[in-house]
Amino acid sequence: MDDFNSDTDSDYTSYWRDWFISSRGNEYFCEIDEDYLTDRFNLTGLNTEVQYYQYALDLVTDVFDLDCDDEMRETIEKSARHLYGLVHARYIVTTRGLAKMLEKYKKADFGKCPRVMCKSHPLLPMGQSDNPNVKAVKLYCAKCEDIYNPKSSRHSAIDGAYFGTSFHNIIFQVYPALIPQKTYDRYIPRIYGFRVHAPATLIRWQHAQRDDMRKRLRKLEIESGFKDDEEDVEAEDSEEEEEEEEVDMDALENGEIEGGELNNQI
Amino acid sequence: MSTSSGTPESWISSFCSLLGHEYFAEISEDFIEDDFNLTGLQGQVAMYKEALEMILDVEPEEDEDDEEDEEEEDGDDSVEGEERASRRGAADRRHHRMASDLSIIESSAEMLYGLIHQRFICSRVGIQQMSEKYELSHFGVCPRTLCNGTRCLPVGISDVPGEDTVKLFCPSCVDIYVPPNSRFQTVDGAFFGRTFGALFLLTFPDYDITKKGAERISNLEHPNARGATLNNDSEEKEKINGMNASNLAPGLGKGNTYEPKIYGFKVSERARSGPRMGWLRDKPADIQELNEAAAYHAEHPDFSDDDEASMNGAATNSRPPRPPRRTTRRANGGSPMSVEANGQGL
Repeated sequence: MDDFNSDTDSDYTSYWRDWFISSRGNEYFCEIDEDYLTDRFNLTGLNTEVQYYQYALDLVTDVFDLDCDDEMRETIEKSARHLYGLVHARYIVTTRGLAKMLEKYKKADFGKCPRVMCKSHPLLPMGQSDNPNVKAVKLYCAKCEDIYNPKSSRHSAIDGAYFGTSFHNIIFQVYPALIPQKTYDRYIPRIYGFRVHAPATLIRWQHAQRDDMRKRLRKLEIESGFKDDEEDVEAEDSEEEEEEEEVDMDALENGEIEGGELNNQI
Repeated sequence: MSTSSGTPESWISSFCSLLGHEYFAEISEDFIEDDFNLTGLQGQVAMYKEALEMILDVEPEEDEDDEEDEEEEDGDDSVEGEERASRRGAADRRHHRMASDLSIIESSAEMLYGLIHQRFICSRVGIQQMSEKYELSHFGVCPRTLCNGTRCLPVGISDVPGEDTVKLFCPSCVDIYVPPNSRFQTVDGAFFGRTFGALFLLTFPDYDITKKGAERISNLEHPNARGATLNNDSEEKEKINGMNASNLAPGLGKGNTYEPKIYGFKVSERARSGPRMGWLRDKPADIQELNEAAAYHAEHPDFSDDDEASMNGAATNSRPPRPPRRTTRRANGGSPMSVEANGQGL
């Protein structure tokens, strides 16, 4: 039953991985290399996690040839999907896996950030736990550094452990060029053009936190990743005697940033 | 103007039941019939009169105001040309005109309805209607994982039509999101306006905004997040700058922010790929830290501009600035803000 040459004979045996990643709801997965799957070292510990481990592995690698009833087949099928997911979490942090996920990220296969100010930045899948059956998959936006629920219910049923807690951070360490420019853009609640007191104080507090962070980073000479880096550094360099001017610059700058899109309709 | 009640379904309710129009409230005819509420819209909408008649399901009147229609019918149909020559024609000419312009009037009516809607949902009746829709989760929930499905409010980021589509405002993280379903990406944000979201929160300060859709809010006796029991005056609740402290961004702050980790270790701020946006989801551990607006400004002159400094200095313990256009709602039973004082028993 291991027919590598035909994919019409049976759902169970032909190019199982092809079928798996192309089936509806599995758009977040990439295809794991045969080599990776057959290297037992990569599967360390999974035999205790997956029921019918050997059969499931055979199914995933298209060498399944057990003659069994449908119920059994269904169970093994389920195990195979679980096994694939768990191996997937390990695979996507390898060099080849990262490259494959990068392609999908560039095509925005994982969706786009729902936050308006992120301007449809592509998302990455992630888990909140590395243990299976804890939390469903979430989507990470590198621009606002927050996590979101998938839009579609068929995705929100996928186990987060199939992507793991580390992948989306590792990919930006491996490909630092991918780190998006961070932005100050944000929503400010207004009533007839006036800021609302309570959220406005919170927003000012948050901006103070942000500026503290930027000062810390500047002291350490670490790039903060905000687009207006240079202006700020200059303002800082001029130091105390020109504090008045710095205030003006900051006020102006904030006015521009916050107002760029939202203020001018007052 | 006479209202025809012959049709089983009014234009307004059929408009609101269209796919993608789930966010709209049904404007009461009284509101539309009060010309004061329509001030200034005449200039913004083409074929204003016809559009208004369509919204109100009024039979078109027989009078002529046809200048703009001439271009529409500039076809080479000779019969039509003759008819145009004998211009004080008759009812059938009128019918023809209606048929050819129906789509234009229809789109004008939608625009007009949207612009009235922007005003209506800030009125007392309108905001009440929207609160019922909010309770039933008609506007969906926040996509942010750590907001745990807080219900959202529809808002625009501009009051001018044609600029951007409707967005969802999440009071839990004080941010706006694109509605998940693409059918809302054809709905103009100006039909909801920038004011509604924030005004809603000030109008109904006793909503526990962290509650999920299934739980009803109508019972005001619920314990709030800090365990205090409420009464209708809600005077015992902790206030912060004119809001209940438990309602100021409950989805932010420690425990509700995402910390990037690799194999269990936090990614350092000092890394090139380290976290930079933590501030966006942060909140002081003690919310009262925000109360000292004046002290805050003394400490951080970076963020003061003159108006704001003086405003905050004076208003540390009072309500947020009131909208200046209260008077526009007078015809409709007072300003929406008056609900804040006496309208808490929904």
